[in-house]
Amino acid sequence: MSEILVKEKQVVVPGEELAKGMDYLPSYGTYRGNDTIRAAKLGLVSIDGKVIKIIPLSGKYMPKKNDTIIGKVIDITMNGWRIDTNSPYSAMLSMKDATMDFIPKGADLTRYFDIGDYVVTKIIQVTTQKLIDLTMKGPGLRKLGAGRILQVNTTKVPRIIGKGGSMVSMIKQATGCRIIVGQNGIVWIQGEDPAKETLAAETIKRIEKESHIQGLTDIIKNDLEKITGIKIEYKEQQAEEMHHTEHSQQGEQNDLQ
Amino acid sequence: MTYNKRLDGRKFDETRPMEAKAGIIKRADGSAYFRMGKTVAYAAVYGPRDLFPRFLQNPRSGILRVNYNMMPFSGSGERIRPGGNRRSKEISLVTEKSLSSVVDLSDFPNAVVDVFIELPQTDAGTRCAGICAASIALADAGIPMKDLVAAVSVGQVDGTVLADLNYDEEAYDAPVADVPVAVIPSTEEISLLQMDGEITRDQLKEALELAKKVCKNINKIQREALKKKYEE
Repeated sequence: MSEILVKEKQVVVPGEELAKGMDYLPSYGTYRGNDTIRAAKLGLVSIDGKVIKIIPLSGKYMPKKNDTIIGKVIDITMNGWRIDTNSPYSAMLSMKDATMDFIPKGADLTRYFDIGDYVVTKIIQVTTQKLIDLTMKGPGLRKLGAGRILQVNTTKVPRIIGKGGSMVSMIKQATGCRIIVGQNGIVWIQGEDPAKETLAAETIKRIEKESHIQGLTDIIKNDLEKITGIKIEYKEQQAEEMHHTEHSQQGEQNDLQ
Repeated sequence: MTYNKRLDGRKFDETRPMEAKAGIIKRADGSAYFRMGKTVAYAAVYGPRDLFPRFLQNPRSGILRVNYNMMPFSGSGERIRPGGNRRSKEISLVTEKSLSSVVDLSDFPNAVVDVFIELPQTDAGTRCAGICAASIALADAGIPMKDLVAAVSVGQVDGTVLADLNYDEEAYDAPVADVPVAVIPSTEEISLLQMDGEITRDQLKEALELAKKVCKNINKIQREALKKKYEE
């Protein structure tokens, strides 16, 4: 006889019993010991039919293929650039994937990207040994100019983007800032008005902190309207809001404009 | 003469008051505080992150690196010379072994997870407090792990089996045994077992059973500490 011992969205800690019996299946962040499914990570329970998984609440960014991230150039090598990805592993941006231009032998690579520059880039490959290859070829992939860099918890990125990019486009509308949210938890903000830029940064920090609140989008919307006096209209209004969306590409398409 | 009343008036199987908190060091990836009576441990976890020197890297799995340190002013008497010594090196090692039986770093090849355990105040049972704090900190850092390790020291003072000895009991003027035990609560496996002093076989068995019982309670405190941080 199988039974489930936890509720959806309940906070669980490693070792905690999630279900008894063989009728349920352990998925991400869980494991089966004897006939009990237990949590292997700190996070929220998500039950989908018979499959139990955990949505982590903490942890570093793990590079994934096709993620669009914001990286920092940390080194220049013979055939490209080494990029810090805000994960345990640095990535390689080869000359071939970096630009359409013809780069002659022995050219000064700092003309393209210098050490310390931030770039919006996409992961094209991750090996089992976590060697990461990047590309700059794609819509919205570019070197970032002047602006502000914020670091947020990677697990909160889907929340900051919002469903279909609703949250971030709302902040953009209210503050007039250009904002790019990388899947790796690095956020770039650029605004004409420093005060508005600060407002955008503070709002993002607030979303990170209060991400567990239901209907946060509406609360943020009201507050932003109050502060800026700009009426915000939703692009994609959704009444029912998910607590944690999957790490998806939905949001970022919207952001990379 | 037998030891029939504990120096601080506790019951034989009673631990000192315990307190745990998660996420108290803001810049760390995960952190925790654990107090057993007058023994206080802080643990901070950094990583997974790049590991250097390179020859330490393991291409099959990440490695765990633990550093245990007693602060110079932490003891009850003399100032402790700062920096590592033979004892702290050993405790770092046994703590690392104890924790690596639950953490799973196979997703992080060539990387390292650093655990720093600092003790600002000590009154015996420091490695146990350190392990308790470190497991909370590791979970807080989002490291995949089977369970939270709970640890307690059990032992014998003048023929009486006790849980959670304090320094006065360890230094009691009679035959004494101090047995630090770390238990993985879900399977009741023992991941740390050391001993100092003398104890009979039967008493050791009794002490280990006691340790398992006590660790169940410690595990509850650990779980609550983590949930409290995220359930606000």
